[in-house]
Amino acid sequence: MNFIHQEGIDRGKVLLFTLSTCIWCRKTKRLLEELKVAYDYIDMDLLEENEQQEADRVLERWNPRLSYPTLVINDEEVILGFKEDQIRTRLG
Amino acid sequence: MKYQRVDDVPQESVEALYERLSEEARESGYFLNPDRDFAQELIRSLLFNQERYGYWACPCRRASGKPDQDRDILCPCDYRDQDLEEFGACYCALYVDEEIAKGQRESRSIPERRPPEKERSPLHEAGDKPGLSPLPYPVWRCKVCGYLCARSEPPSLCPICKARKDRFERFM
Repeated sequence: MNFIHQEGIDRGKVLLFTLSTCIWCRKTKRLLEELKVAYDYIDMDLLEENEQQEADRVLERWNPRLSYPTLVINDEEVILGFKEDQIRTRLG
Repeated sequence: MKYQRVDDVPQESVEALYERLSEEARESGYFLNPDRDFAQELIRSLLFNQERYGYWACPCRRASGKPDQDRDILCPCDYRDQDLEEFGACYCALYVDEEIAKGQRESRSIPERRPPEKERSPLHEAGDKPGLSPLPYPVWRCKVCGYLCARSEPPSLCPICKARKDRFERFM
């Protein structure tokens, strides 16, 4: 899967599943940039159809409802939606 | 496609739609998010979705691109009013309640109310509900705002929230 890497401080493996149009996803990206955290994101709405199915299967493991943004930290912790305080505490 | 990315949508189109939606909201007792940049960012996304899907799919949900499967998430979505009631804002927070509109409270990211795909009820086309009592006129319900009217066909536009005819369901 083609995640896009953003350079920054290493706070572990930070994966972000997003939609390019979603306001809370955009806010999450901006917050991670503000915190200068290294992360990888994937805009699910911009994928080709075959890539989407593969990406859905990966996301489903963390968030069966497939809602956005879904933030996965170190393959174990999941933050659903733009939870600013929680993200700041965890990654700031 | 005219636009490759959401940021390609020109600002003048965004402004024009922002003015229109603000006016329509005011007239029908709804409020747009008072943060102009925030509201315009969502409106830019609506215009991008119009371009790539042909309709205003909710920017904060993944659209299938198939109108029949996305009808409940055409903006304003079927879940807006319930979310306004419970959280003071719709899922995207494009529409907010009076308190948020006046800046007394801030909008935030809320849980998804739309059922997962497997649990979504099949969409009822107008007039396909069996077992309705015989009345001089059928009663139609707008799934966006709950407006009811008794007439042979639903109106082409909901007079309250401006949702289109295909958002109405047979109620009685």
